[in-house]
Amino acid sequence: MSVAVEPGVRPQWTRLGNPVAAVYGALVLLLVLGSVLVAMRGGVLLDQGGILNILTRSTALGLVAIGQTMVILTGKLDLSVAYLIGLCSLIGAETMAGDPGMILPAVLLTLACAAGVGLLNGLVVAKLKVNAFIATLGTALIIRGYLENGYTGPSGQVPRVFQHLGYDRIGPVPVSALLMLALAGLAWWFLARTRPGYHLYAVGGDEEVARFSGIRTDRVVITAHVLCSVAAGLAGLFLASRLGSGAPWVGTDAGYDLESIAAVVLGGTLLAGGRGGVAGTIGGVLILATLDTTFDELGVTPFFKDVVRGVVLIVAVALYARRRMRR
Amino acid sequence: MRKAWLTALAAAALALAACSSDLPPAQGPSSAPEQSPAQQDEFFDQAEYERQLALRDATPQGPEGKPWEQALEPEMVDTAQYAKDGPHHVCFSNASVDNPWRQVGWKTMQAEVDLHDEIAEFTVLDAEAKDDKQISDISALLSRDCDALIVSPNTTATLTPAVEAACDSGTPVIVFDRGVNTDCPVTFIHPIGGYAFGATAAEFLSGEVGSDGKVLALRVLPGVDVLEHRWAAAERIFADNGVEVVGAEFTENDSATAKSIVSDYLQREGRIDGIWMDDGTAAVAVLEAFEDAGMEPPAISGEDQQQFLRKWKDEGLTALAPTYPTYQWRTPVIAALKILNGEEVPKEWILPQPVVDSGNLDRYLTEGMPPLHYGLCGCQDMPGFPQRWR
Amino acid sequence: MTTTDPASRPSRLPRLADGTAPVLAVLAVLLVALAFAGPAYSEPAGYLALLKRAAPLMILAIGQYFVIVSGGFDLSVGSLVTAEVVIAARLIDGDEAATLWVIPFVLGFGALVGLVNGLITTRLLVPSFIVTLGMLLVLDGAVFLWTGGSPRGALSEAFRTIGREGFDVPLLGQVPWSVLLLAALVAAAVLFMRGGTGRMLVAIGDNETAVRLGGGHVERLRTLAFVLSGLSAAVAAILLGGFAGVSAQVGDGLEFRVITAVVLGGVVLGGGRGSVVAAMAGALTLEALFSLLNLLGISGGLESAVQGVIIIAAVAYAASGRSVFRTRKGTS
Repeated sequence: MSVAVEPGVRPQWTRLGNPVAAVYGALVLLLVLGSVLVAMRGGVLLDQGGILNILTRSTALGLVAIGQTMVILTGKLDLSVAYLIGLCSLIGAETMAGDPGMILPAVLLTLACAAGVGLLNGLVVAKLKVNAFIATLGTALIIRGYLENGYTGPSGQVPRVFQHLGYDRIGPVPVSALLMLALAGLAWWFLARTRPGYHLYAVGGDEEVARFSGIRTDRVVITAHVLCSVAAGLAGLFLASRLGSGAPWVGTDAGYDLESIAAVVLGGTLLAGGRGGVAGTIGGVLILATLDTTFDELGVTPFFKDVVRGVVLIVAVALYARRRMRR
Repeated sequence: MRKAWLTALAAAALALAACSSDLPPAQGPSSAPEQSPAQQDEFFDQAEYERQLALRDATPQGPEGKPWEQALEPEMVDTAQYAKDGPHHVCFSNASVDNPWRQVGWKTMQAEVDLHDEIAEFTVLDAEAKDDKQISDISALLSRDCDALIVSPNTTATLTPAVEAACDSGTPVIVFDRGVNTDCPVTFIHPIGGYAFGATAAEFLSGEVGSDGKVLALRVLPGVDVLEHRWAAAERIFADNGVEVVGAEFTENDSATAKSIVSDYLQREGRIDGIWMDDGTAAVAVLEAFEDAGMEPPAISGEDQQQFLRKWKDEGLTALAPTYPTYQWRTPVIAALKILNGEEVPKEWILPQPVVDSGNLDRYLTEGMPPLHYGLCGCQDMPGFPQRWR
Repeated sequence: MTTTDPASRPSRLPRLADGTAPVLAVLAVLLVALAFAGPAYSEPAGYLALLKRAAPLMILAIGQYFVIVSGGFDLSVGSLVTAEVVIAARLIDGDEAATLWVIPFVLGFGALVGLVNGLITTRLLVPSFIVTLGMLLVLDGAVFLWTGGSPRGALSEAFRTIGREGFDVPLLGQVPWSVLLLAALVAAAVLFMRGGTGRMLVAIGDNETAVRLGGGHVERLRTLAFVLSGLSAAVAAILLGGFAGVSAQVGDGLEFRVITAVVLGGVVLGGGRGSVVAAMAGALTLEALFSLLNLLGISGGLESAVQGVIIIAAVAYAASGRSVFRTRKGTS
């Protein structure tokens, strides 16, 4: 899989020049195309309901994908996020148990647990030298075992105050989507403007070179995994606020593990690490949500949706690879 | 400078004015107590169990030979407030179409819609088995001027608030298959239920294997309420009759897994007299495990899938198929039109839940249908049968 | 092809086999434990049944091994298995005579999917993780788009023979055809890996640039690995469909299970290390573990958790033996 990476060119590929413009260009094109197709059937894609729908759908995936971006930038990936989301929605909802006074402790506890899982992932990957694919798949299976043993369905209850997080909106824009975008902004700032952020790219570009230049690569990898898991924890809390309770399979039913990876690479981040960023990821998430919403409006069967998603993913990444080749 | 400030202030004020929430209003005690974890974990409800067992013997009311229009012990509600002139726009929020049961049901529902010219538009959103998507779907449908909204919830507890919000919009809401923890929908359509399903199968097997018989229970997944009810009832019937249950295993509906499990048990136990299943998808593979071990087929309870019925008929099996009929997908459309005509409908529309036995087997077995087609689709007389379901 | 083989360094042979010993030891322990845990394993029939059950996963492991050792992933095998079974059922539709052309068709389709995966990976330079993830989605959707949502038709008796039946051998009792097929494929895979092409595959995973500089056909060989993986999925589909008949769930989760199996066998993700025998032993170990947990009455949640701990432990153990610079970058 390392075919796309020619070692000699790598150092130039730090953080600038990612194909963000192309992603947003494609998004605009898709919105126009979708609007025309929907209009031909007598509907409107981008009315208040449509915008609300696209943004609501983007929120949970966006949160996970922001975290996944961090991990992928270091050249790893995280397959445990889907189960972790379910786990976090349960921890949050069960700790709150309908009591508004418990919101803050519940949020903190959930994020601490998520960070713990991320720390575990990071330690196994960085210290035990286990391939991230296997390490996070193993963690996923362990969390799955815990969920299968302990839960038979939705559990816990979030107070109504907390549900406002999932349902309030300003015009057609959900508050939660704004919070997600704010987090994306924070992640962008972290990646583009801080030293640890720069280290993430360096480790993803070439771990050995990074180590020789004095970066503590283990710490960087662990940090990325912790950030990713915390983002998944936030997604779990958001979904709990939407559902009113915790649900063990809310993350896996939606396939957030592979879907978040798809969104990240769709946004132009290199799967091998070292290149890309959060801005592209958000574009990728919006593209997937727009596709979904357009197909819903057109009444397309879910099977056809899968085919299109698969093709879009492959074509997009092939186009990015071509762009890089031409440079 | 000042002007800029004023503009910003005005913009902020506008934004604030646009603030709103789609949060479903609190509905008093209707949802909260029922979501308590204690009750979620325990899947057995004695009163409901006895009610379902009794309902099996109730006489259905409604047109003869059309079980999808019949109702058991209906308590009618007035719907005059929803009466409207046609043509109508009916909307449907579907949980998913990811298994053969839902596929057959979904095709049957589409055929039912085609029967009614007064339905001018039928808008469907498929949640692809995601609770969060179905919540969005329901609110999206509410903004599309539906005259009636049909919901097949993906999960009971988590979809309750969204259904409550739909009720509050004034659109008549019809829920079927899985329920919700609120009685706000105009009608809730479902067959008798899981307890009756599981008990009927267990009573049959208890009678066949006798008190020294060994029964193996094959289940799909833990934690699905409908399926848990089936097993909870069967467990009690077996215990009451002194039948030994040698194991209860999960197959995830995969034929290969089911066949392996049964082979293991045959090796370990030497003999199995009865197979109880909460879902008949893997029934044929289970029977093959006995064949491959050179054993006589056991007494078995399956479902109304064609491949099982075919094997049953060909080999003269000792079998029974309690059903969770797919014809229930016709009823919501019929109910929606009744409501829009202002006719009264049952508040809880309990459909009869027929049992396939050796006597009526031929009625439900149709030549040339796909292996996982459900015999109780109630679609045999619909236009486009059988091609549409193939 | 062997003339400029950079893999012919003296260190190559030991490395081809490295990591095999631990998994074989674990496998031996599991097999002995099985004999103690279940009376069925006191005679050959029990182990033959285990082999029959493990055969599809072991065959998939062979295919996946080729892809992984040359530095890739194939996530599409699970949905390919489902697609093949559903396609075969619809094409045969109970017609015995159709079996003759459907089996080659199924194999051809598997090879074709592998070819597409391989070409997109090597020619369009898309990471194989993404290509095969996209293929997974496409196959999942397309096959049910074609059959209208659920499987149609039925498999013929002849199609099912290999996966379901066996032949009698004195002393051993009935030997399943699938075990015979497995033995043949194992032999073929071992021979292939001893040959120049097999070594070159490992060399590509180890150091692609060296192979390229040495004049090796990197793209062609990698594509071949994907074709072989697609073929292995087709064979596994014939066995699984034969064993239990038509099912829409038959391939669910197989992609992760087979990657787990290969890694359990000590094959390193990223390529360049591990043997095909160890990959298959990993698959058998996984199945033996499931059988043992089942016999001990451990199922459901604990089974997943045990599996999770074991794969992390196995890979951590294997990694601890290697120097830091031998570890490869995560997902590349």
